[in-house]
Amino acid sequence: MEIDSGSTAWVLTCAALVMLMTPGLAFFYGGMSRAKSVLNMMMMSLGSIAVISVLWVLVGYSLTFGSGSGPLSPIIGGLDTVGLTSILTGENNAIEGLPDMAFAAFQMMFAIITVALISGAIADRARFGAWMVFAPVWALLVYFPIAHWVWSADGWIFNLGAIDFAGGTAVHINAGAAALAVALVVGRRKGFGTDDGFRPHNLPFVLLGAALLWFGWFGFNAGSAVAANTTASIAFVNTQVATAAAAGAWMLVERLRFKGATSLGFASGAVAGLVAITPAASTLDPIGSIILGLIAGAVCSFAVSLKYRLGFDDSLDVVGIHLVAGVIGSIAIGFLATGAVTSVTMAEETNGLFFGGGLSVLITQVIAVVAVLLYSFVASFIIAKVIDMVMGFRVREEVEVDGIDQVHNESAYEFTGMHGTGAFGAETPASSNGTAPGEPVKTEQKVEA
Amino acid sequence: MKLITAVIKPYKLDDVRAALDAFGILGVTVSEASGYGRQRGHTEVYRGTAHRVELLPKTRLEILVEDSDVETVVDVILKAAHTGMIGDGKVWVVPVDEVHRVRTGERGAAAL
Repeated sequence: MEIDSGSTAWVLTCAALVMLMTPGLAFFYGGMSRAKSVLNMMMMSLGSIAVISVLWVLVGYSLTFGSGSGPLSPIIGGLDTVGLTSILTGENNAIEGLPDMAFAAFQMMFAIITVALISGAIADRARFGAWMVFAPVWALLVYFPIAHWVWSADGWIFNLGAIDFAGGTAVHINAGAAALAVALVVGRRKGFGTDDGFRPHNLPFVLLGAALLWFGWFGFNAGSAVAANTTASIAFVNTQVATAAAAGAWMLVERLRFKGATSLGFASGAVAGLVAITPAASTLDPIGSIILGLIAGAVCSFAVSLKYRLGFDDSLDVVGIHLVAGVIGSIAIGFLATGAVTSVTMAEETNGLFFGGGLSVLITQVIAVVAVLLYSFVASFIIAKVIDMVMGFRVREEVEVDGIDQVHNESAYEFTGMHGTGAFGAETPASSNGTAPGEPVKTEQKVEA
Repeated sequence: MKLITAVIKPYKLDDVRAALDAFGILGVTVSEASGYGRQRGHTEVYRGTAHRVELLPKTRLEILVEDSDVETVVDVILKAAHTGMIGDGKVWVVPVDEVHRVRTGERGAAAL
């Protein structure tokens, strides 16, 4: 088949859109954290870009989409495309009409953001070094295998017939379950559930991040058609209305419960809607997407309170939003998938329970959800536990209380001086540790995590 | 000489300044303050979790005046800052031993 230039252009554009989501996530999470730990929060997302991009090219693409061999092939891909050298000029092997490299680039961005999503569970207290070890190990042992199960033609969940258009299981349930595991290993922050200081330090950052995520998500969902076609167009519209409906639903619940809609509620509802429509964008019609969005927005607005009742400190609600909305969206396919859409977007027409399709789709979806959730939680727990035992996953209490940003040798904001003049409390130019301005800092002066 | 300190609602600052200006007061020090009195704080809600905000933003004015002006200036402030709602603030007066003007070295009433 000839290379389709329209589709190639679209998929490369979408790869860039999905790339933008991770810095967007950094703002979304960073705004929600406290002023003294915003840099650390953002750095965990940025660290994922640094390490997962490289890992993806080295082995990630091959382990996820490479041809496996023998009995292992439903579980993990082979090593045939390690380093991407064997697909440099390949065409049509991954997706009909596309250069293989376009698909590899697009999927790289999914691996990056999935890892970054987890970091929201461990705000304010995780050692950056431990995170930078966790990120690639988790990608190797959890993301690449699960993405292979779900999206590779050899994958066992794929061949079960489960539907995950753009990552409800592989990305959001996966990251959400991992977030729960890591939050349990790292433990609760000092003051969790009692300290009133635990509130977002910059809501405009949160809204900026949500806007970037929403924009990038068109690449995530509509791009997952991996072609410039009708499926992409349907996914695009579904993404917009489900997200809008979820943001509206969250605000409405807030208005009824607390007598006021909040900007954080809008942003949180929007992300819940984006997550929920992710697996379902190619199977629902726009009306079904609106229903899904309303449910996801309303349910997640309650789900975020679960952590206080159950006592786990998932700082920025990765579980309450990504895991819960991921499950809702993946299961909803079993009810709301409609032949009017799937007859065009899929190889064969598929109908959910409400459209006369019977229980089979629903059952397959439940199996996929449970399998991904269980494997991700158990494997992530073990990985985090081992890292915690070997190098320690958590900073000292003093660092946590004073602000974890100090381990990065920076502070996010210069508020110490009046009008920025450094009049109050700022260090003198030849700072107290004896280092003159411009002189490299001696390594032993670095704050110990 | 006396130091008058007033803690008022921030949005009343312009009214109070205009009133002081009309009276002929030539200098005021204004700073942002936070605190609580009878008004206490308020509640904010983030993702369904209520957070008490105990300290409310207030504006603090400090004015040095001659003894003879104290009563009138206090009245001017009380009138201009008044809304009748809880949280209007407070005004208090303390004696001042000395005042010096940095630029000229003038002392006492001449430095006001």
